[in-house]
Amino acid sequence: MRGCVRRSRAILAAALIAAACPAASGTRGAAPQRVVSMNLCSDQLAMMLAAPGQLVSVSSLARDPRLSPMADRAAAYKPNTGRAEEIYLMRPDLVIAGTYTPPATVEMLRRLGVRVEVLPPAEDFDAIRTEITRMGALLGQPEAARDLQARFDADLAAARRRTDQGRAAIYEANGFTSGPDTLAGSILGAAGYANIAADYGITATTALPMELLVMADPDRLITGARWPGQSNGEAILDHPALAAVQPEPQVTGRDWICGTPFVTRAIRSLE
Amino acid sequence: MRGLFLALAALVAALFVVSLLTGPAGLPATDSLRALALGGDGPLPIVMREIRLPRAILGLAVGAGLGLTGAALQGYLRNPLAEPGLIGISGMAALGAVIAIQTGLSMVAALALPLAALVGAAAGVALLVALAGPRGGSVTLILAGVAISALAGAGTALVLNLSPNPYAASEIVFWLMGSLADRSMLHVGLAVPPMALGAALVLSTRRALDALTLGEAAAQALGISGPSLRWRLVAGTALIVGPATAVAGAIGFVGLVVPHVLRPWVGARPSALLPASALGGAALLLASDIAVRLIVPDRDLKLGVLTAIVGAPLFLHLIWKTRSGGRV
Repeated sequence: MRGCVRRSRAILAAALIAAACPAASGTRGAAPQRVVSMNLCSDQLAMMLAAPGQLVSVSSLARDPRLSPMADRAAAYKPNTGRAEEIYLMRPDLVIAGTYTPPATVEMLRRLGVRVEVLPPAEDFDAIRTEITRMGALLGQPEAARDLQARFDADLAAARRRTDQGRAAIYEANGFTSGPDTLAGSILGAAGYANIAADYGITATTALPMELLVMADPDRLITGARWPGQSNGEAILDHPALAAVQPEPQVTGRDWICGTPFVTRAIRSLE
Repeated sequence: MRGLFLALAALVAALFVVSLLTGPAGLPATDSLRALALGGDGPLPIVMREIRLPRAILGLAVGAGLGLTGAALQGYLRNPLAEPGLIGISGMAALGAVIAIQTGLSMVAALALPLAALVGAAAGVALLVALAGPRGGSVTLILAGVAISALAGAGTALVLNLSPNPYAASEIVFWLMGSLADRSMLHVGLAVPPMALGAALVLSTRRALDALTLGEAAAQALGISGPSLRWRLVAGTALIVGPATAVAGAIGFVGLVVPHVLRPWVGARPSALLPASALGGAALLLASDIAVRLIVPDRDLKLGVLTAIVGAPLFLHLIWKTRSGGRV
């Protein structure tokens, strides 16, 4: 009931709270009423599952159409830039952070008495299902989570291709590739491609020397998206040797970044 | 003397071939060289011609350029501590390159990148010569160099931190430490022609630098024009260090170590030290670039890390000798 007590001190009408709290109290104590998400991936799941008015703020990254498939919807929420001060001032009763949120920020919020839940990034489809369930439980919306999971399962089954499509490579800025144990690797696998990173014993995301990529001679090349401004890290994608492997590589995008139901779009984009 | 040049040239040629044959793919040597020379189908010629060849060429050119400019600056400033990396010329070139990249100038015209680095290097070397010309002591030179380096490094970090690109900030290391990984023939085309021009300019100062070892008055009496010498050195150094830094980042200590090691062999005459240092610099950088690929093959260890490990102790040794008033 802590959330309700804190809420009652706020300016909002008491009647609203009285209506909201008992409704959610059957799930996990009381459902949090002022949720702040500070991670691009949890932003999306929270927006999909939260009841109207329950989610107060999402990270500013969620508004960026290059990063977020839900940029339009995110514009309706107050953006945060992940700093403890601004988040505390939003008086949240639940903060959802990611594994890569700076530990100092998480510690600070916890010291200030805010409940912070840290969600690890989902690197495969089972993890996405778990994540949906967990977000549903955190928000006190288990039915919505079950629905979303069922839709995701159906989408995934429809998008998956069992036939062998050939060998593919993922190559991103700074020469990084993603092995089969990553989200991008799972997407590649679900689309029916064999990942050349596995030939070199790469399972996670790590640098792959360009000459090994060229020697593997993949049928399909998928490169990282470009960002405004320039960097040497991305200049590697203009290397003539890559153009010799594949003149027009496919480019990853916002559907590849987070373990959310949007990955089925990424799988379809490889058809 | 002739033997020294032959040995250095043979060493550079051998290291060039080893550099071509070093790489994570572990390709068979004869097949690789055949693919390099004759081409053919499949990925092997691409690896040899588009990945390894530009890396080896740049290792040779950048190393030679840094060795040459180090020897020339030391001759002109008559100070063994002068070196493009240490005294901030490479740093200023990196700042110019970073500005060209982040403002998008290098997208408009590819030549803008080496050109901006050249302008940065020219500003750095001109500032340095003005602050610590032939009459300035070691302390003045080092102080001026520290100030220019710090300013250039801060400027580079600032520009990269302001960039909207998520990868830009992690690139500070590249610009401070340098690397030849995954450079292409485009980089060779951008950097090598201006560096060749700069090398011709710097080598044209050989006689004048010889005369300068007798003292400024003696050099003047021998008909050496001070302003012309200074102009050629500033322009030549900028033409070499600017484009080299634009494609390979700031690599320190090559221009310090090489002339120091070779000086006793050439009788301390700049006219012989300059070409010898160019060969020695090429050998050192090629060897360092081979070493970074052998020590941690799966990471991009920066070249400047190795050259600093070799060069920094020597630098301390030189400072010690300067302090105790001995000849260095």
